[in-house]
Amino acid sequence: MSEHRPKPMAFEAPIADLEEKIESLKALSEQGEMNLTDEIANIESRAHELKKDIYSNLSPADIIQIARHPDRPNSLFLANTIFDQFLELHGDRLYKDDPSIVSGVATMGKQRLVFIGHQKGSNTKENLYRNFGMPHPEGYRKALRMMRLADKFSLPIVSFIDTPGAYPGLEAEQRGQAEAIATNLKYMVTVSVPIVSFVIGEGGSGGALGIGVANRLYMLQHAVYSVISPEGCASILFKDASKAPFAAENLKITAKDIVELGIADGILDEPLGGAHYDPEVMAQTIKATIERDLNALGKQSPESLKAERYTKFRQFGAFE
Amino acid sequence: MSILGWFAKRDRIVSRKKAGEQSRLNIPSDLWVKCFSCDATLYLKELEHNHKVCSECQYHFRLSPEERLAYFFDPESFVEHYDDIKPTDFLNFTDTHSYESRIVASQKKTQRADAAVVGTAKIEGLSVNVGLMDFAFMGGSMGCVVGEKIALITEMAIENKHPLVVFTSSGGARMQEGIMSLMQMAKTSGALAKLSEACIPYICVLCDPTTGGTSASFGMLGDVTLAEPGALISFAGPRVIEQTIRQKLPPGFQRAEFLLENGMVDRVVHRKEMRSTVAGLVRVLGGGQ
Repeated sequence: MSEHRPKPMAFEAPIADLEEKIESLKALSEQGEMNLTDEIANIESRAHELKKDIYSNLSPADIIQIARHPDRPNSLFLANTIFDQFLELHGDRLYKDDPSIVSGVATMGKQRLVFIGHQKGSNTKENLYRNFGMPHPEGYRKALRMMRLADKFSLPIVSFIDTPGAYPGLEAEQRGQAEAIATNLKYMVTVSVPIVSFVIGEGGSGGALGIGVANRLYMLQHAVYSVISPEGCASILFKDASKAPFAAENLKITAKDIVELGIADGILDEPLGGAHYDPEVMAQTIKATIERDLNALGKQSPESLKAERYTKFRQFGAFE
Repeated sequence: MSILGWFAKRDRIVSRKKAGEQSRLNIPSDLWVKCFSCDATLYLKELEHNHKVCSECQYHFRLSPEERLAYFFDPESFVEHYDDIKPTDFLNFTDTHSYESRIVASQKKTQRADAAVVGTAKIEGLSVNVGLMDFAFMGGSMGCVVGEKIALITEMAIENKHPLVVFTSSGGARMQEGIMSLMQMAKTSGALAKLSEACIPYICVLCDPTTGGTSASFGMLGDVTLAEPGALISFAGPRVIEQTIRQKLPPGFQRAEFLLENGMVDRVVHRKEMRSTVAGLVRVLGGGQ
C-alpha cells in the first residue's frame, strides 16, 4: 500500500480496527518492551485476508461508496499522469466554459489524441467549482467541439466518465440540456475515429452517455453505470430514498453487471480497496488499455470504426 | 387571461385533481368532463370533435396513439408495423411490484404490447413513417421495445424514403430495464444519424410530457421540432429541479412556450393546425411522394 490512507468507509470498519491494533502493537514493539514481530506479522496477514474477503464481497451499495470516494483519482489527475503532454482546451464558443467537463489534446508516446472527461473535485471548494461533476449544456457542447476537432484531424478520442448526471437545474434546462446530450449521442455515432471510454467512477445516466458512445467501453472494477441513481430510483419507485441499497441491487449497476449485460467490453482491476489506495497504479492500468486499444483500432478503416460502433449500439436491447 | 395566468391556474387545478379525472375521459358513459386547466364543464362529444382541446381555455388533453392517428392522419391510411415485439423482465426487476406484473397491467389497460406504436400512414396524401407514444403505458417510458421500434421505423424510412414523423409523450428511460434502457438513447440517436445522412426529413412533435431520456435522444433531434401548447418538455423533471436548487420554479417553466422562447423548438402548434403544419413541412422538406 502506498502512503494514501483514506478515511475508511462503513464496510471497511473491521479492517480499520485491525490496522489500529497493528499500529499500537508496532508502537509497543518500538518502545522495546516486548518483541512482537511475530504477532504483528500474524495480524498483518489476517488483515490482508480480511481485506481480500471484504473487497471481494462488496454489495452494490458499498461499491457506490468507492465509486464516489472523494479521494478517487479524477479525470485531470489521470490525464496528467497518463499522457506525456496534456493541453487543456476550454469553452463551447457559444456560452461559456464548463469546469465539470475537461477536454483537450494529448500525446502518449507516438500516439496523439483528443481527451474528454467529467471532472469532479476532491474537496468541497473544488466541487463547488466543478459543480460536483454535473455538466450544464455548455459542457456537452464543449465536448462536441472536441469531438469535431478529433474527427477533422483524424485523432482518436479517449473519454473518462465520472458524473452523478447532467445537472438538473433551471439554467441547464433553459439552455437545452436535453438537446445538448441528444446532439452528442447522434454525433458520436457518426465520427470516423476510434472512441475509447472508461467509466472511472460514477456513470450517471444520460449525462454519462453524452460522452460515452464508444467503440470500446471499460469499467474500472468499482465504477458503476446506471440509468438513474439508486437514490433517485428509490424515491420515484418506492417513494422512499432509504430503499436505495435495494434499488442499487435491482438496477444492476456494477462493473460485473455492465459487462454481463454486454454494455462494457471489460473490467480494469483496481488496487486492493479501490483506485484511491494507489492512483498511480490505476493510471498505469488505464494507460496500458488505451495504448493497446488505440493501437488495434488504429488499424481499422474509418468506415469500419463507424459501422462497428453503429452495430454495437444498434443491437442493445432485450425483448421477445 | 395572460399565458402565465393560464399556467398558474392550470398547474393549481391539475395538481389538485390529476389523480382520477383523466381516466374518466375514456369511459364512454361519461357525457361530461371537467377541464383540467380551467375547470369548465365540457360535453365529451364536443371535446372529442375538438381534438380533445378545451373550448374554453385551449388546454390540450393527452391523446392516445389512436386518437392522434384519427385527428392528424388520412383516414384508414395507417398500417402498423413491428407490433409483435414484446417487453421482457430480463433483470427480474422488483420495486413495490415486479416489472413483470407492471407490464401485464399496462398491457391490459392499453391493449398494446408496449408504449410505442409505429407504422406507415398518409398525411394530406403524403406518405410518411410514423412513431407514436402512449403515455398510458408506464408513463410512455422508453425501454428496449420502444427503442427498437423507433430504430426500426427510422431504418424503414431510410429504405422507403418516407419522411419520419414522431409524436413523443414519455417520462424518459424505463428504470425497470436498467442500463439497457439508457442504451436505447444511443440506439435511436444512431438510427436518426443514418436518416440524416440519407437526407430524409425527421419531424418530431413534442407532446405532454416529453422528459428525460426521450427528450435527450430522439425528442430533440428533429430537423424540425414542433410542440403542442402547454406540453411539459424537459431533461430533468420540475420536482427534481426544485429539490436540487431548493426554490420554486417560475410559472410556465419547461412548458412548450418556454422552449419556444428559449430557441429550443421551432413552433408551438395548436392541434387544429397540426395536420396542415406537418404536411406543409413534409411538402417543403421533400419526400413523401
